Amino acid sequence: MSRRITEILVGLFVLLGLLALLFLALKAANLGSFSTEDSYRLSARFDNIGGLKVRAPVRSAGVTVGRVAGITLDAKTYQGVVTMDIRKGLQFPKDSSANILTSGLLGDQYIGIEPGGAEAYLADGATITHTQSALVLENLIGQFLFSKAADAGSAGGAKKP
Amino acid sequence: MTDALAGLGRFSLDALRALGHAAFFFVDLLRFSPAALRRFDLVVAQVHAIGNRSLLIIGASGLAVGFVLALQMYYALVTYGAAESLGLVVNLALVRELGPVVAALLFAGRAGTSLTAEIGLMKAGEQLAAMELMAIDPRARVLAPRFLGGIVAMPILALLFSTIGILGAYVVAVLLIGVDAGNFWSIMQAKVDVWRDLGNGIVKSAVFGLICTFVALYQGYECRATPEGVSQATTHTVVIASLGVLCMDFVLTALLFSTP
Repeated sequence: MSRRITEILVGLFVLLGLLALLFLALKAANLGSFSTEDSYRLSARFDNIGGLKVRAPVRSAGVTVGRVAGITLDAKTYQGVVTMDIRKGLQFPKDSSANILTSGLLGDQYIGIEPGGAEAYLADGATITHTQSALVLENLIGQFLFSKAADAGSAGGAKKP
Repeated sequence: MTDALAGLGRFSLDALRALGHAAFFFVDLLRFSPAALRRFDLVVAQVHAIGNRSLLIIGASGLAVGFVLALQMYYALVTYGAAESLGLVVNLALVRELGPVVAALLFAGRAGTSLTAEIGLMKAGEQLAAMELMAIDPRARVLAPRFLGGIVAMPILALLFSTIGILGAYVVAVLLIGVDAGNFWSIMQAKVDVWRDLGNGIVKSAVFGLICTFVALYQGYECRATPEGVSQATTHTVVIASLGVLCMDFVLTALLFSTP
């Protein structure tokens, strides 16, 4: 009898462990959000992917519709090739554009898809041709300083006779 | 001069000999483990003794760690306006590090010492010798089921520790402070990966369970069969198992979390 009680208690213990695992996996981690759903694959080429990472979200109108599956460099064109898993059932027109955006000023980068107006849809394995690269803050600051310097130079030149 | 040199040599040889001895003991334990699986009721009894009886301390500590972590992180994060990330920070800290490590330290203190003392007293009472006399290998009958029980119980305890900690953080952050519950969970779900974070945490805790149980059994089995010997072995269990867990934690973190 006491052995049976021990077994029941151990069964409860293991069950508690499994429940904890289930809680952590489903409620406190990302299992069940996307990885198991059916998806199809799109790719896009960017001149500069900035800080985009694998598993970053793909959003359209702010709604997450997929995840970045892989990032590689095209050896011929030296462009970054980003492959994305998009949820099945969501189709985008052929002339949709993909932009690398940043959530908030310091947030993570994600891909935003702007749907176009074409009649035909992007099929599995298709490549999005209209892309806009990530905004690199350093380049932006560089351009800003350069244009300021140019302004100052031309202004100074105009004042002095 | 030569005395000092001889002392150093003797120290090194003793250390090496103890290491080799422990390695052979470990191989023996692994060798006897399949036999212990056939006597599964013994393993079940040990999971009960090691796991079930540690539940209270693990649960209470997890809750306390979750409470404090949530409160401290809130004070730190609220200055950056990022209080919603509280759940994420607490979750990652618990699942990756604190769950396995703190649960293992408690495990060494709660279950490891009792294993060492139990086996040490069995040895002092010559029960182990009596078993050998009856042609029963005490390593197969006494040690191997405890070894397996420890390895099974430890990951479960670590999972419970993390879960209770996260629930504790939820109580403090959402119910007491008033962080938005939806953001608390959704940021967590967006950033915590099942395999990378949770899976590696489980691997860690299984390794820690192995270390703690092995050290406890070795200390108990090899202790001097006197009251002082048993008390010394119990102390050694806590010290060596804790240091082993902390060292291994660094190694495992470097190995498991190095790939992006």
